[in-house]
Amino acid sequence: MTAALAAAATTTSTGEAVQFWILGTVAVVGALSTVLMKKAVHSALSLAGTMIVLAVFYLANGAYFLGIVQVVVYTGAIMMLFLFVVMLVGVTAADSLKETLKGQRWLAAACGLGFGILLIAGIGQASLQSFNGLGAANAQHGGNVEGLANLIFTKYVFAFEITGALLITATVGAMLLTHRERTERAKTQRELSQERVRSSHLPPLPAPGVYARHNAVDIAGLLPDGTPSELTVMRTLRQRGQIRDVSGDSLAELKALEQRSGERLGRDRGPARDHAEEEEEVAK
Amino acid sequence: MNPVNYLYLAALLFTIGASGVLIRRNAIVVFMCVELMLNACNLTLVAFSRMHGNLDGQIIAFFTMVVAAAEVVIGLAIIVSLFRSRHSASVDDASLMKL
Amino acid sequence: MENLIALLVAAPLLGAAVLLCGGRRLDRAGHWIGTVLAAASFVVGAVLFTDMLGKGAEDRTLRQHLYSWIPVEGFQADVAFQLDQLSMTFVLLITGVGTLIHIYSIGYMEHDERRRRFFGYLNLFLAAMLILVIADNYLLLYVGWEGVGLASYLLIGFWQHKPSAATAAKKAFLVNRVGDIGLSIAIMLMFTTFGTFAFGPVFEATGDTSEGKLTAIGLMLLLAACGKSAQVPLQSWLGDAMEGPTPVSALIHAATMVTAGVYLIVRSGAVFNGAPDAQLVVVVVGAVTLLFGAIVGCAKDDIKKALAGSTMSQIGYMILAAGLGPIGYVFAIMHLVTHGFFKAGLFLGAGSVMHGMNDEVDMRRYGGLRKFMPVTFVTFGLGYLAIIGFPGLSGFFSKDMIIEAAFAKGGTEGWILGSVTLLGAAITAFYMTRVMLMTFFGEKRWQPDAEGHEPHPHESPKSMTIPMIVLAFGSVFAGGFFSLGDRFLHWLEPVTGHDHGHAPVSAATVTAATMVVLVIGVAIAWAMYGRRPVPAVAPRGSLLTRAARRDLLQDDFNHVVLVRGGEHLTRSLVYVDHTLVDGVVNGTAASMGGLSGRLRKLQNGYARSYAVSMFGGAAVLIAATLLMRAV
Repeated sequence: MTAALAAAATTTSTGEAVQFWILGTVAVVGALSTVLMKKAVHSALSLAGTMIVLAVFYLANGAYFLGIVQVVVYTGAIMMLFLFVVMLVGVTAADSLKETLKGQRWLAAACGLGFGILLIAGIGQASLQSFNGLGAANAQHGGNVEGLANLIFTKYVFAFEITGALLITATVGAMLLTHRERTERAKTQRELSQERVRSSHLPPLPAPGVYARHNAVDIAGLLPDGTPSELTVMRTLRQRGQIRDVSGDSLAELKALEQRSGERLGRDRGPARDHAEEEEEVAK
Repeated sequence: MNPVNYLYLAALLFTIGASGVLIRRNAIVVFMCVELMLNACNLTLVAFSRMHGNLDGQIIAFFTMVVAAAEVVIGLAIIVSLFRSRHSASVDDASLMKL
Repeated sequence: MENLIALLVAAPLLGAAVLLCGGRRLDRAGHWIGTVLAAASFVVGAVLFTDMLGKGAEDRTLRQHLYSWIPVEGFQADVAFQLDQLSMTFVLLITGVGTLIHIYSIGYMEHDERRRRFFGYLNLFLAAMLILVIADNYLLLYVGWEGVGLASYLLIGFWQHKPSAATAAKKAFLVNRVGDIGLSIAIMLMFTTFGTFAFGPVFEATGDTSEGKLTAIGLMLLLAACGKSAQVPLQSWLGDAMEGPTPVSALIHAATMVTAGVYLIVRSGAVFNGAPDAQLVVVVVGAVTLLFGAIVGCAKDDIKKALAGSTMSQIGYMILAAGLGPIGYVFAIMHLVTHGFFKAGLFLGAGSVMHGMNDEVDMRRYGGLRKFMPVTFVTFGLGYLAIIGFPGLSGFFSKDMIIEAAFAKGGTEGWILGSVTLLGAAITAFYMTRVMLMTFFGEKRWQPDAEGHEPHPHESPKSMTIPMIVLAFGSVFAGGFFSLGDRFLHWLEPVTGHDHGHAPVSAATVTAATMVVLVIGVAIAWAMYGRRPVPAVAPRGSLLTRAARRDLLQDDFNHVVLVRGGEHLTRSLVYVDHTLVDGVVNGTAASMGGLSGRLRKLQNGYARSYAVSMFGGAAVLIAATLLMRAV
């Protein structure tokens, strides 16, 4: 950071170099795992890590204000908004990384490689041997924040105002998009009760987890024959496909019970040993 | 080390983000990759700001962040309402843009 | 005086407008309106003529500028009239004969319920024909040219309920179109060559123009003249045009409109004088048509068609004379005027005969009519004597002049042309004598018409006989009046110029030769049709006779060469169109369709596919930028 103060230098301090190589590696790894992680939560967390690394790089480049804003706004607000939406949509739903579009992956790889190589070749071609550093610019108005403020409220004041308008528009837009207008009249209590009497479920829907090992909301209750009933799980979870099927568990438990009782009653050991093996498999 | 390395890093991050946009199907992850690309651009701007010794690059990066914030708000709202109507966040499911 | 010129055209034009737009309430007075306005035009012409006679030969040309028609930079078309001696001659002929034929038509068309319309068309014709002859530029002349074509089409097809009349009208119109294309091309050539198409500037500029260009213009003008004047090879329409009412045949297809080609060539004399090759073609066309028409006239039994062949032949004389250059211009016009008198008279006589014979046209069913139609017989007979060139009558002077001029052309050409004109005179004497003998002499061969009415030949009413008598006077005296003291020559010379040529034989010798061939022609006809009875059914005849009955196979020629050829051409063009053009078009369309079918698959609706395209595009942009920097 201090090296930035030197004017028209050709190299930075060793400390910054070390920091760049270590954190740069972290940033690339974070970016790659953002792309490659199966679960959206993991992607979001990897991205947050990359952004924090970038915040450090901003600080290293003399952009103190941006570095702080990066942490507060990006990592703090935007990424948390992402996490919130991921939770809303379904935190455990894992994407399959299997490609469905024919040739999409190859095209993407080719384009990515070509693009990256061209970009890097372009940077390499540019003659960027020396750099000025921000020392003079930051010092002119008494510091980085003051310098930025001076620019924002003079030279870029119109752009600033317009971004304000943009933010308000975005707020209103988000409200409009997520707000659902009721398209039909709300049903009265009488109508609801009549509807219920006409439907096949006169009593309340069965609770989740009945006869199952857990009574968690995402575990379907079991019918007397041991098969799970999806009716017992709330609709949102059903639609997300977040039902944990425990029917196999209970059947296995039933078999284990039978086996234990059989042992106790002195039956043949042969079948019992089979049962035991099965139990082991189930346990795995 | 020369600050040019920051540019190389930014190019790398940008390319990774772009590839992610092309490869992933989950709209939220696609969106995150877009954010990654924006951040890569910001890094470039900041690095250039340092090289040229003026603060204008930082101002642009600042505006980028503001616009990105607005974009995220709208984008996530779209994803939420899309999920509500289609029960899916896959960008491939919304393939109505064809004959 | 100049301001009267427009009145010449305005009177009949007004008549046409009133009669054609006026509707049925004018039915009772329509023919009088038409006749009075035609006569008014004649009176105006006469006044202008008297005025012109009072002036010196050099300042007899009157001009009237009405308005600028197309005032565009570099393209000035004016509606302007020019009345010189040549135009004056035509004005008097057109309005004079026209008025007489209007009067005749009052009687002839008495029983036709569309008489008002007929007179409207006649007035329209007069107006157009007057525009044609008094225009001071080719573009306005073209307007009149098309106008007479229209009027001719309407009048030939006047009895449009007869399919033959409708077809004949269409045929005349189409054949005339071919000629009109020639005129329009000639006008375009003039504009590109001279930058103008007004008579004065064009004729002045001909001196500095290459012979090739003048020849091209001249040939195109000749094509136009061939169409309008029924000259070979565009002669085929005139015979069929006889389907129209007889006054129309007299006015349009004998006396005036068909002579427009002669007017055009004489008027464009300056162009032809500079193009000897074009003149040679004109002479050849005239000579061929002269014999062609005469031969056809010999074989026809239909009195009007025989006269039509004669008309064609006589116009051939005029065209031939006009092609001789300054030697012949004056005589072409002189023959044109005398021909206007006697041929109109002959046609009116034929109409009178038909009027008395239940519209029968076959001469083999006439015979012995001289006692029943004395006035018709006498006037027709005078016309007959005039056309064969009986000494002292009009045709004698005018035709003799042309024969002399043909010899005066000089050299082998002169001898050939002279012999052709002499031969033509002999054939003329033959076929006209034949017509005369078959119609008015011999025994009665009358037969009831299709509805069983026995013919009761009777003299026509006064409205028909008076014009015939007037025209007969013209037939008798016009030639002598024009020739004595070379009046007509002095009258026209300032406009057309004159050259005596080098006559290899004396005028007296030519006249004597003409008399000899005349007597031979009449004698042969007498031997064939006068001495022995005419069979009521046409004998089979020789090969030439049969060919002549079919108009010397003109329609067969047109059918084989033009219709069949056209059909083959269109068929092959259709084939080319179907295979080649459509193949290319359909092939392009099919390949485009196939290509777009493939391209459509790129648009699969997946946002990620589109993103790949964008990303690839961005990569290409960067590559391009780098490449440009490297270069």
